[in-house]
Amino acid sequence: MTRLRITADAERCVGSGQCVLTAPHIFDQGDDGLVRLLTDVVGEEDRASVEDAAHYCPARALGFGTQAEDV
Amino acid sequence: MAQTAIPGDAEELPEYPLARQCPHLPPDGLNRLRARAPITRARLAGGRVAWIVTGYPEMRALLTDARLSSNRQHPQFPFVVPVPAFEQLRREQGALTRGALGSTLIGADPPDHSRQRRMLIPHFTVRKIPRPAIERIVDERLDAMSSAGPSVDLVSTFALPVPSMVICELLGVPYEDHEFFEEQARRRLDPGNTDAFGRLHEYLERLVRRKQQRPGAGEPGLLDELLDTHVADGALDLPELVSFALLLLLAGHDTTANMLALSTLTLLAHPEQLAELRAHPDRWPNAVDELLRYVSIVNGSPRVATADIDIGGVLIKAGDGVLLSNGGANHDPNLAAHPEVFDIAREQSHHLAFGYGIHQCLGQNLARAELAIGLRALFTRFPGLRSRAPIGDVPAKQGLLAGLDELWVDW
Repeated sequence: MTRLRITADAERCVGSGQCVLTAPHIFDQGDDGLVRLLTDVVGEEDRASVEDAAHYCPARALGFGTQAEDV
Repeated sequence: MAQTAIPGDAEELPEYPLARQCPHLPPDGLNRLRARAPITRARLAGGRVAWIVTGYPEMRALLTDARLSSNRQHPQFPFVVPVPAFEQLRREQGALTRGALGSTLIGADPPDHSRQRRMLIPHFTVRKIPRPAIERIVDERLDAMSSAGPSVDLVSTFALPVPSMVICELLGVPYEDHEFFEEQARRRLDPGNTDAFGRLHEYLERLVRRKQQRPGAGEPGLLDELLDTHVADGALDLPELVSFALLLLLAGHDTTANMLALSTLTLLAHPEQLAELRAHPDRWPNAVDELLRYVSIVNGSPRVATADIDIGGVLIKAGDGVLLSNGGANHDPNLAAHPEVFDIAREQSHHLAFGYGIHQCLGQNLARAELAIGLRALFTRFPGLRSRAPIGDVPAKQGLLAGLDELWVDW
């Protein structure tokens, strides 16, 4: 079963919060208003949300890749 | 061979900006431009030729391309129409704001832009949206409409005051000055006025000095928080703080007011969808996003190229002006099927009404909340709300922003 590893670059972030609105169980905004990951590995069931958030991010600060689970 | 911006002498080009035929839809002409190509050329007032981008994928790509500059001090920056408020402020205030207002945030590039935006980001997060304050302000305005009714101008009694009062509270303007603030914010938009913006500028200068001398006194807000942090540690000076406050008003007042008015008109023109929203109020947030896409009030986002850009079959040269058409992109079938159809049930479309890239509207979540709360409360309070004039007779307003000067309603 594959999982997705997510990256969020706070340096690029402009605080739009669209990732939070798209997937509030994965993305949050810290005290500085910049992106903060609540988790950096999610299951396939979250792929659509993660793709959506990455597409929506105005700063293109989000990335994701498939991670093969260790057996 | 890629097109360039330099036309042949006799070349006939469309003029830009284009006129709206319908107040709540972008100009028809944008669809004709897009049918020719996602990036085409048009002639600005004064004869200059600029690129007009009406394709959604191309606009997304260009809004994240560092070779397009937002620097309004750039000698080749394309001004589509003169921006009266900026010109007026420059005339009246001279060097007081260091010409700063025109190059603050929206008019700045990194690294200045990044430094400025980061100071404001924490105050506009999803969590920070002041929903109870918005609800209270909306209810107060609906009470005022009710007292003035049963026939009022929605623009002056509701659409204009709601966002200016939200900004007023957000900044931390003392309660006793709210009426003055709202009056000047309204007067600023009157073409006959010459001093409203200057009076607001003077008022805010006095206010920030007062707040600095007596921290914790009065209603706390964004101005106090910035005084306590970035001003206190020298990262921000008072003139720049005042510029921020004025820019938040400029950016968040008539934009939101125009969306409230045009959204009301659009919903009145689609009564079956309005009925659906009354029955299922949880659908308001999605409806707001469709309204933003469909109406697209911003009539173009200007940029200047600082290097050559090869995109969409054209070659944008360094120094060329580029107008990114929000309404054009938002009605591109590449974004949404049957884009000319207003459909509140569409899946959220990642439209470009708030732009994209590093300048994407800082206040977008505040705007969305004001629209969802304001429109829902308006139609709940006045179930029989209707336009006095036939909807098709309401005139389209032309300019940098679409909107309505007035909308007489009764109930």
